[in-house]
Amino acid sequence: MDLFNLSGNMLFAAFILYLIATLFFGATIREKRKKGNKKEVAGNIAITITILGFLAQLTYFFTRWMASGHAPLGNMFEFVTFLGMAMVLAFIIIYFIYRLGFLGLFALPIAMLIIAYASMFPSEVAPLVPSLNSYWLWIHVSTVAIGQGILFISFVAGLMYLIKEIDQTKRTKRNTWLEIVVYTLFLVIGFIVITSVFNVAGYKATFEYQDGTQIFETEYHLPAIAAPNNGVLVTDGVVEPLFEAPSWMQGEDAGRKFNTVIWSLLTGTLIYGITVLILRKRVAAAIQPLLRSVKADLLDEIMYRAVAIGFPVFTLGGLIFAAIWAQIAWGRFWGWDPKEVWALITWFFYAAFLHLRLSRGWHGEKSGWLAVIGFGIIMFNLIVVNLVLSGLHSYA
Amino acid sequence: MNKIKCECGHINPEGTVLCEACGKPIEGNQHIDGNDQKKLLNMRYEGSARRSQTYRRSFVDKVWSFFSSVKVGVWLIVIALVASTLGTLFPQQQFIPQNAISRDPAIYYEDQFGFIGKIYYLLGFHEMYSAWWYLLLLGLIGVSLVICSLDRFIPLYKALKIQKPRRHETFLNRQRLYSETEEVSDAEIEQVKEKLKKQRYRITEQNGHILAEKGRFSRWGPYVNHIGLIIILLAAILRTTPIMFTDEYVWVREGETLVIPGTKGEYYIENKKFHLDMHDPEDERFKDAIEKSGMVESNFQTDAVIYKDANEDVPGAEPELEHVLTESIQMNKPAKFDGYTLYQQGYQQNEFSSMTFKIHETADEEETAIDSFTIDLFNPESEYILDNGFRVAIDQYYPDYYLAEDGTPASETNYPRNPAFVLLVYPPDETEPEISFLGIGRNIDATGENDYKIAIQDFDTHYVSGLTLRVDHTLIFFGIGAAIFMIGVIQGMYWQHRRVWLHPKDDGVLLAAHTNKNWFGLSKDIEKAIEQTNIKMVEDRQELDK
Repeated sequence: MDLFNLSGNMLFAAFILYLIATLFFGATIREKRKKGNKKEVAGNIAITITILGFLAQLTYFFTRWMASGHAPLGNMFEFVTFLGMAMVLAFIIIYFIYRLGFLGLFALPIAMLIIAYASMFPSEVAPLVPSLNSYWLWIHVSTVAIGQGILFISFVAGLMYLIKEIDQTKRTKRNTWLEIVVYTLFLVIGFIVITSVFNVAGYKATFEYQDGTQIFETEYHLPAIAAPNNGVLVTDGVVEPLFEAPSWMQGEDAGRKFNTVIWSLLTGTLIYGITVLILRKRVAAAIQPLLRSVKADLLDEIMYRAVAIGFPVFTLGGLIFAAIWAQIAWGRFWGWDPKEVWALITWFFYAAFLHLRLSRGWHGEKSGWLAVIGFGIIMFNLIVVNLVLSGLHSYA
Repeated sequence: MNKIKCECGHINPEGTVLCEACGKPIEGNQHIDGNDQKKLLNMRYEGSARRSQTYRRSFVDKVWSFFSSVKVGVWLIVIALVASTLGTLFPQQQFIPQNAISRDPAIYYEDQFGFIGKIYYLLGFHEMYSAWWYLLLLGLIGVSLVICSLDRFIPLYKALKIQKPRRHETFLNRQRLYSETEEVSDAEIEQVKEKLKKQRYRITEQNGHILAEKGRFSRWGPYVNHIGLIIILLAAILRTTPIMFTDEYVWVREGETLVIPGTKGEYYIENKKFHLDMHDPEDERFKDAIEKSGMVESNFQTDAVIYKDANEDVPGAEPELEHVLTESIQMNKPAKFDGYTLYQQGYQQNEFSSMTFKIHETADEEETAIDSFTIDLFNPESEYILDNGFRVAIDQYYPDYYLAEDGTPASETNYPRNPAFVLLVYPPDETEPEISFLGIGRNIDATGENDYKIAIQDFDTHYVSGLTLRVDHTLIFFGIGAAIFMIGVIQGMYWQHRRVWLHPKDDGVLLAAHTNKNWFGLSKDIEKAIEQTNIKMVEDRQELDK
């Protein structure tokens, strides 16, 4: 199992390297203001560390592949980790085109958030079910992830554009919506924090609940605020639930997932609240001055360019390769599976983005909002469709 | 047709915004592209005359301009998207799970999802993707694609073909990238030309006016990819015809040979053996995961032999099977023969093939077998004569037993999934039988006076393999469509159409440039080209919407 340990360590190393790189990208803000010979130094160090981190994560990926005998793209942990890596790769590519260090200051932390999110899922090497046992697994999944990673850069550039350009002097609809987007990121942080805390503490509570004629068991790793519908607590000496999940929430472990959502909301809101108390203004308003020296039209350009590069890759991986594999595995290249439909929706959305930009002249802020919503759809497809809606892609 | 003659001498079609040859804004038409509102010219489609923007009187004109609107196209797509999303809310009819209370959609949706489920069913969302309105929506998107493309492509193509290196001054000074330099030498101009050539620009000249252009083919990308999409839509419509597409499902038991539905009685399949393999729970790699979440299948496989009926043409003749193919059909490894493809799709494990019973004395607590017999559940005999003088007759056989509502035993299907028997046992030298009712978990002595009892001693089960047969002649069209689409998208997205104009004015030069995307890259090209010359770098005058 040495290879497996090495693999895990490399992933951890990558995470730390991304963190250090972020700090150096942060240092580029100061340098931009000073202007001098050293202008590029912090940026060069930062991108070098980013590349080292990427190589470490690549090592994680291939050693895990060697250890398990199949491409590590088979469950939520493996896919989301790879998505994080694809985001970093996309950032590196875009960095070498535009040399904008600020982008790293935003892109890397969010990519790290994604990797941290991944590690909340079981990380054991799981065997492949027969339907996944094909070389199309890595062709299809890696192409999709790389496409989404590039589209992620358009989200980052779009978000930066919005933070920079939207007036924060008084409260408006636009800066409220922007703040909601920022708040959503805090909810992800909330999920990661609370899950980690109780994982370290090793909290466990088991419920039994009835679904149809069968009795199921579900194990909570967070104290139960909401019990499963018709659930009975079997573990002694743990917190009693406050209420039951509503009965329309169906499916495997619906109660536990609902409980996790409540905890994430509470924790995320708390962290957000503390942040706002410290800053004494909207978070986006606090970030705004950092972006003073970045040119808005460059952000607009990056946002568009990332969609222009990422859209064909996403089409190839998410629709064409997906269809070819579906044809080989199930004999139908399209089956209106929720994941398929949402991939199509994502595709149409970005197609609309391009059309609105080219023929209706939607630049700047309008494009920025679209880039943010587009990535929201990708995340919806990853999180909600996989974990809540059932279908062929629910692996975790 | 009111042609418009420009001062450069070129005759433009009605509705032109910017002269096709020199780019001079044509008076009275500037509102069409909104140029009257802004300092910079709107360069999309080169300001060419689009039918949809020019003729709006007759019915045909109105239909044309309706469908040529991107707005309409986007709305059609949005409606299709919203509908498609709603369709994923609950499972589609064909995906209603096998173990549902009822697979009848009229019952299932309301039962499972309540009132919303009922509405879902009543509105036809349970089979939405083949509903007429859904197909119509796709058709309208197709029409919109064709008209949008033609409306833009033809005038754009002409305008780019006709364009002259010599441009009108107003055209140049209303470009996004623009600079004016007072004094420039011929040598410097030559140098710029050389450097642009090195960057693979194509240079054309007209009385000292220079046009450097590259990547024009990327402008055709959108039209190429739309052709791909139209082919895909056509293929989708073709696929609804049975000639192009067949889809059949067949259940075949181990050891059974069956005609394959959908092959017009021509092909037979024999299931030699079905394999259901599991990952080894002792496997070092997967131990932890299997311990945590249970056993995981590693392989579904049908060892099948495909036969062709040589007598298929002779009506009424017994089939004469000729071997075609021996294949292990697995997931991700379908069997192909003569245009047909067979996919491993499912399996059933819940059928019994034979059962062995023993007879013992009712009073014997040890239940020592006096005698035993085996019933082949597909081929039960009416009577079994046993070695020790017992005789057992099958009075009733229910392969798939259940108790009907009126309280009488019945069989739900003809498959031995839950076999039950009424057996008549004749002990040695007796003529009056003892009656026993036997099934899984049931052993009833009808009279309560039986001296001998029958018990299930052993049983064998077999797998039933589920295979899908597909014929899809439309695949090739989908493939071609997708390939053309990808070519078009890459052509349009990964290359850009860049143009640089040099316009001599007095002793100096006007420099302007345009690209359809990646202005950053174009600026870099210009920077390189004018290095070490007096020519001023272009200024980016983009007006961003706030």
